[in-house]
Amino acid sequence: MNLSTVAWITLLAPLGAAALILLVTRTNRAAASGLAILSALIALVGGWTLFLNHAEGIYQGFNWIDFGKDFSIPFALALDPLSRTMLVVVTTISPLVFIYSLGYMKEEEGFWRFFAGLAIFLFSMLGIVLANNLVMMFIFWELVGVSSYILIGHYYGKPSAADAAKQAFLVNRIGDFGFMLGILLFWVATGTFDFSGVNDSAELFKAHPTLLAVSCVLIFCGTVGKSAQFPLHVWLPNSMEGPTPVSSLLHAATMVAAGVYLLARIFPILSASPDACEIVAWTGAITALGAGILATQQDDIKGILAYSTISQLGYMVTGAGLAISAALPMFHLFTHAFFKCLLFLTAGSVILGMHHEQNIWEMGGLRKKMPVTFLTYLCGMLALSGCFFFSGHYSKDLIMACAWEHHRGIFWVVVIAAALTPFYMTRQALVVFFGKPRSEHAEHAHESPLVMIVPLILLAIPAVCAGYAPVEHYFFHSVGSLTEPEVPHFVELVFGAAFVIGILAAFVIYRGAPAKDPIRIPAFHNRFYIDDFYFWIVRVIQGGFAKLCSFIDRWFIDGILVRGSATVVWTIGFALRFLQVGNIQAYALFFAAGVVGLLYLLLTIH
Amino acid sequence: MSLLLILTIVLPLAASLLIMAGADPRRTSLVAAVVNLAFSLVLFFGYDRTAGGWQFLSEWKILPKLGINMTLGADGLTLVMILLATLVTVSALWVAPKVEKYNGLYHVSLLFISAGVIGAFASLDVLFLYSFHELALIPTFLMIGIWGTGDRQAAAWKATIYLGLGSFVLLIGLIALYISIPSGHRTLDLRELDQLATSGVLHPSALIYLLLLVGFGSLVSLFPLHSWAPGAYACAPPPAAMLHAGVLKKFGLYGLIRIALPLFPEAMHELNGLLLLLVVGNILYIGYVTVSQKRLDWTIGYSSVMHMGYIFLGLASLNMIGVSGAALLMFAHGLSVAAAFALCGEIRRRTGTLEYSELGGIARTAPVLALLFGFATMASLGLPGFANFAGEVLVFFGATAAGSVMVIPVIVAVWGVVISAIYMLRAYRNVFWGPVVQRWESVADIASGAKWAVILLLLPLMIAGFYPQFILKMAGTALPH
Repeated sequence: MNLSTVAWITLLAPLGAAALILLVTRTNRAAASGLAILSALIALVGGWTLFLNHAEGIYQGFNWIDFGKDFSIPFALALDPLSRTMLVVVTTISPLVFIYSLGYMKEEEGFWRFFAGLAIFLFSMLGIVLANNLVMMFIFWELVGVSSYILIGHYYGKPSAADAAKQAFLVNRIGDFGFMLGILLFWVATGTFDFSGVNDSAELFKAHPTLLAVSCVLIFCGTVGKSAQFPLHVWLPNSMEGPTPVSSLLHAATMVAAGVYLLARIFPILSASPDACEIVAWTGAITALGAGILATQQDDIKGILAYSTISQLGYMVTGAGLAISAALPMFHLFTHAFFKCLLFLTAGSVILGMHHEQNIWEMGGLRKKMPVTFLTYLCGMLALSGCFFFSGHYSKDLIMACAWEHHRGIFWVVVIAAALTPFYMTRQALVVFFGKPRSEHAEHAHESPLVMIVPLILLAIPAVCAGYAPVEHYFFHSVGSLTEPEVPHFVELVFGAAFVIGILAAFVIYRGAPAKDPIRIPAFHNRFYIDDFYFWIVRVIQGGFAKLCSFIDRWFIDGILVRGSATVVWTIGFALRFLQVGNIQAYALFFAAGVVGLLYLLLTIH
Repeated sequence: MSLLLILTIVLPLAASLLIMAGADPRRTSLVAAVVNLAFSLVLFFGYDRTAGGWQFLSEWKILPKLGINMTLGADGLTLVMILLATLVTVSALWVAPKVEKYNGLYHVSLLFISAGVIGAFASLDVLFLYSFHELALIPTFLMIGIWGTGDRQAAAWKATIYLGLGSFVLLIGLIALYISIPSGHRTLDLRELDQLATSGVLHPSALIYLLLLVGFGSLVSLFPLHSWAPGAYACAPPPAAMLHAGVLKKFGLYGLIRIALPLFPEAMHELNGLLLLLVVGNILYIGYVTVSQKRLDWTIGYSSVMHMGYIFLGLASLNMIGVSGAALLMFAHGLSVAAAFALCGEIRRRTGTLEYSELGGIARTAPVLALLFGFATMASLGLPGFANFAGEVLVFFGATAAGSVMVIPVIVAVWGVVISAIYMLRAYRNVFWGPVVQRWESVADIASGAKWAVILLLLPLMIAGFYPQFILKMAGTALPH
């Protein structure tokens, strides 16, 4: 079997699984989940085969749209160092989450729907990774959007879940509005939307800096939506309404990182435009800080992780905006995928053990009742906090060091965010796992079944090791350079201080296992009121505009123009008194009169 | 083969005669429709694409002195439209209930609409193109007036006046076109008209184009000539809404592609600004009107008005990419809106209401209905994988290629994709998701027959979405390069 076939099978296996689940095995739970897991394992083998064999080049499929040489949109797969590494991330994590879901979703209804959704997601995500042009990427971009919609809305009977799914779709569509315009503008300017063409056109673009900056920023809008960057970040915390495996795979590890992957894909042109990079870097930094602040005041175990995801995505976006190397954001994406996936799965384990209680102030003392969950959680939490020896430390510090080198303003913003990360994670760890149980559920919490525990352990390994130099070299040496810039000694001290201050502050405040959060900052707790502000815009501005249009349509266009002209016609007595509705003869007469009149006219003209 | 093309028109009419003579309406009409679908598939795949041009020709001299002949024939675009018509016809007759009042006439009306619209697509003579359309229009009014729901009399009345006037303006335009041809060359044959245009004999004025635009436009619910549409669709029985919104409405667009594009290149160029203005109205203004609707049928009715904006935008881009996108969208929208109206009818039949405030949580009690409506929703909001997306993307690219005049229309059109998502997802959320409303706890799921009728529409939509070339190659034979 040649590599091209492997690549196509990797992509299409999950689609086949989804189709089979939908068409054949809807009532059979074992078959539905089995098919999905099988397809994920096929993708795993395929993904690693492609990686280990250094698959390289474009694997032609067919022309999706074909107008000859003037315009065609090919459907082809692009294998290069970047897509190979991303492929490994996606295909390695997916089967673990799929298997974990067997345990987590055991009691749930809509089992087939869930696994079909996961399979569609995997297909779409692999499509994003392997796409060889912007339009194809957009296609799969939208498809991950809809799989996210299906999966967030899994508990569709619950109004909050139904609303969250809708919001996620809509907010992403707003980002995609920019993305599509960006593709169109790019195409007009260069005549291509191929990634290879994109890379070649960086030179051409240097002559038109404004055009370049505008199309980069427009494409970046797609990232802002998908990777939940400010100001389109609001959907991600709400997406936690979906089952926890979904939050883990889609809304932490892979799908939301697709925006960063897009930036890495267009890196050659992005880095050619300083203006666009400035916007990208600042968007990321503001998001990293803002989401970090909000994470400190969340009470939902998944809510904290959701804001931390937004914050970490902010780091990645900043990394791309620093315009040093595509490998810089990708390295953090790589380590983050493992430890954040792990964190969400441990949170899921806690939630299941707590009988679906998600408020951390109902938990406490779970360390002894759920030892494996606790230990694996600790790995993820320390990795996220940037603790030395854990993966997150290496990738995050690299971004901060590069920020110091290239952009001091951004450096200070992300350093403050880096102090917040250990703070809110320590807060979560102390409240959830230490102290005394705060509720009945916490008293009787139990460790999760083996099918969930094993994926946790398997993910804990990369959560610790994924940042080590040999691993980094192995996966990234061909993606781009990752040499650590020389930074003064005190900058390294600042990194260390940020970590220590964060942890210590959390210890001081949350040490004695308080029953309630001793700190209450309404603005943080209420998400800076941004959600309320958007809700107001949708309801008042958009709703008002829609009502105005509707009013005009009803009373002006229909009321005056149509009814008015109808009345005029009526008073003239335009033979329409025949037209008693339902009177067939009248209609027939009307029709016949029309034809006869036409013939008469034609004859007289002649 | 040319006999087959004639049969696609004759068969529904023959079935109507049989029904009037006492045959079982449902069975007779369905058999005719299914056979017709088979015919159209044979024609579709039998068309010689490499040769291109008009095929399956047959001609009857009617008034040779005036250059009026009844000429039937088909090129790729015609066959795409006939395939659309026969698909929707089968589906519409399949979901057609047994009505208490004039059951036979109900089915006869549907068959007449089908025959009329196929005849219009297959006519090479402008006079017959026009007359076949009228033939299809009249039973539509009847169906709204007799079997409609709600304020059906008013809806039928408004649609009649509106479309009647629209057709009248169109007729004047066509006559004016005929007169503008230098005598001696006068003809109503599309092929000859094309030749006259390319050889430079024809110099019709922009005013005639304007008449055609208003005439055809009001049939397609071009803003601001749209206000007949949502009410008529909301009141019409589902099969009539499916056939009209899905197929018959496309006649106006078909006419513009057949007559305006080749014969009025200069006028279209000159008046493109006007058309673009109306397109913006269709997408942005109607889009927001749709957002404020409070009932499912009105939402879908307005959305079908809005989506015409994309097709007009494709035409207005005046290039191969845009017009091909428009043709693909005609096919795609026809299928998706028919599916939406079919499912809408199924919901109404179960609940008796389509008000958002009264519905909710139906997905739990009717999961298959919810799943199918989900597919229709996704098609309507232009999700990749459905032909609607492919068509919209082509329209975007075509319009973008048409130059700087398109900047605002393109931005508006791409934003329209967001608007579509707003109202379609809201509709889905309100009808199917959320807690089950107690009244609908025992709502039955979709019946097997209706399920397959909808799948019949969704399947080609997805085939053409995965592989749009399937439609584009055919439609391309009719379009200037």
